[in-house]
Amino acid sequence: MAAVPFERIDADAPKLAPANAILTVDDIVKRFETPDGVLTAIDHVSLSVAPGEFVGVIGPSGCGKSTLFNVIGGLLDGYDGTVKVAGERVRGPHPAIGMIFQEESTFPWRNVLDNVAFPLEIAGMPRAERYDRARHFVKLVGLDGFERRYPAELSGGMRQRVSMARTLAAQPKILLMDEPFASLDEQTRLLLGDKVLQIQQQLKQTTLLITHNITEAVQLSDRVVVMTYRPGKVKRMVEINLPRPRSSEIVSSEAFGRYVAQIWSDLREEASRGLDDEESRKLHEGEKR
Amino acid sequence: MTAAAALAKNRYVPAALGLGSFVAFIALVELLIRVGVINRFIVPMPSDIIAAFPRVIVEEHVLQRFLLTAGEALSASILVTIFGVAGGVLLYRYHLLRLATETWVAAVAAAPLVLMYPLYLVIFGRSALTIVMMGFTAGLAPIMLKTLEGLLATRRVLINVGRSFNLTPSQQFWKILFPAALPTIFVGLRLGLIFALINIVGVEFLINFGGLGQLINELAERYDLAGTYAAICFVILVSICVFILMERLERWLRPVD
Ligand SMILES: Nc1ncnc2c1ncn2[C@@H]1O[C@H](COP(=O)(O)OP(=O)(O)O)[C@@H](O)[C@H]1O
Ligand SMILES: [Mg+2]
Repeated sequence: MAAVPFERIDADAPKLAPANAILTVDDIVKRFETPDGVLTAIDHVSLSVAPGEFVGVIGPSGCGKSTLFNVIGGLLDGYDGTVKVAGERVRGPHPAIGMIFQEESTFPWRNVLDNVAFPLEIAGMPRAERYDRARHFVKLVGLDGFERRYPAELSGGMRQRVSMARTLAAQPKILLMDEPFASLDEQTRLLLGDKVLQIQQQLKQTTLLITHNITEAVQLSDRVVVMTYRPGKVKRMVEINLPRPRSSEIVSSEAFGRYVAQIWSDLREEASRGLDDEESRKLHEGEKR
Repeated sequence: MTAAAALAKNRYVPAALGLGSFVAFIALVELLIRVGVINRFIVPMPSDIIAAFPRVIVEEHVLQRFLLTAGEALSASILVTIFGVAGGVLLYRYHLLRLATETWVAAVAAAPLVLMYPLYLVIFGRSALTIVMMGFTAGLAPIMLKTLEGLLATRRVLINVGRSFNLTPSQQFWKILFPAALPTIFVGLRLGLIFALINIVGVEFLINFGGLGQLINELAERYDLAGTYAAICFVILVSICVFILMERLERWLRPVD
């Protein structure tokens, strides 16, 4: 395999846990009781993120990405394994972790500025100070001028940026994102990707991005974790040795294409298993009727 | 832009059009009565109703009665808002309570509660309190149900945002659940306050006590039709006042849209 121009690290090879990891996910197993029996959503998943690192987690729909997101964010319990922040075990939501959700999550009854100031208000920061800080983050995501607008007046991409600014305003040590751009069109997605890169480089923000989009994963990450479909396991970790600072233009480079092809070859098998599963379920549903 | 669309944008045109149609309708009724198409002993002429206003105001003390009915309506509205919303929150909060009572709260919402007035007379006496309590009872169930519905419909992800920011249960309620449910709560308030008003005036009429309902009863028995209709105009005024207050409240709580 000498022709492969980048490093491949097998999941079952010695774990790549940097000694200084700020986030460590160790041997997580999460099962759900369903009417059709027990479903193992994630199966012995381990990964770690170093300070300032941007890690992408990629896998087909239904492979347990959101489950992993909720476990790390402390919104789900009843799992085996441990989640540690800076070496300390966490149970439940942790102030060091900021979450950005897949679904639209702005508060429709608050304008942009009040949405972004929300975590600061909760923390009891004085009014003037929290608005100052909120304005800074509104600007950071490129929404200055929209402070007084309500979410209903904004596009999907703008709303997602409001959520992002709201989470960033709490200044979490670790940013956790679950397919934040999944509902957006391709152009918006690329441009928002640029924005995330810019912000990440500016804030040196440690980030764990969950996605099913290969381009997005390669464009943004230092390292990509490829997951298998049902049960969700870590299939492979791929270091992305593309130069930084990056922008969306990198998408057209040759090295980028090779990474995408490589990850796709890993993912293809999983995605098609996911598809078969889906189709057979539809078929059975049809039979039942 | 079509001419109609342009007119709709103007600030005064829609209001003027509404008022104009109303006046035209009154004029038409007047005309139909004058030419004898409508029997003037069943429907009084609008001009007679207008002429009856001074008499109703001076001789029948309509202003005092208006204040009494408006006061009853306001008290019942405040009571029903507080207890209806709180009741909805309780049903949301305590699952067992919801399972145990939701069906019959819904049944109560649909029942003709006005028929309970003899019982209320026994409990509260022939007083304004009976009337307020009747209004309160009539409006309670719809407000509770709509509050519950609004809280239950709060999107999961918004609750998760709150959890991810480590909100306390009380912050979770006041900062997320309650504002998310507010639009639905106000739908319940509209329904509940209408029910309350209908019952307040209805019971005044039935037990021949107090404000405008009693006046309408008396004037109708005297066969003073013009006076009866003039008094009904004051009932409409009460409901307009209640709804203006509610819209103020809504604008204060929900500056959006
Ligand atoms: N609360 C739950 N109860 C039962 N099954 C669940 C629950 N949440 C997720 N699952 C199942 O776990 C699997 C992984 O789901 P999820 O983590 O949402 O996947 P992804 O985000 O990768 O699309 C899916 O098969 C899903 O149906
Ligand atoms: Mg998901």
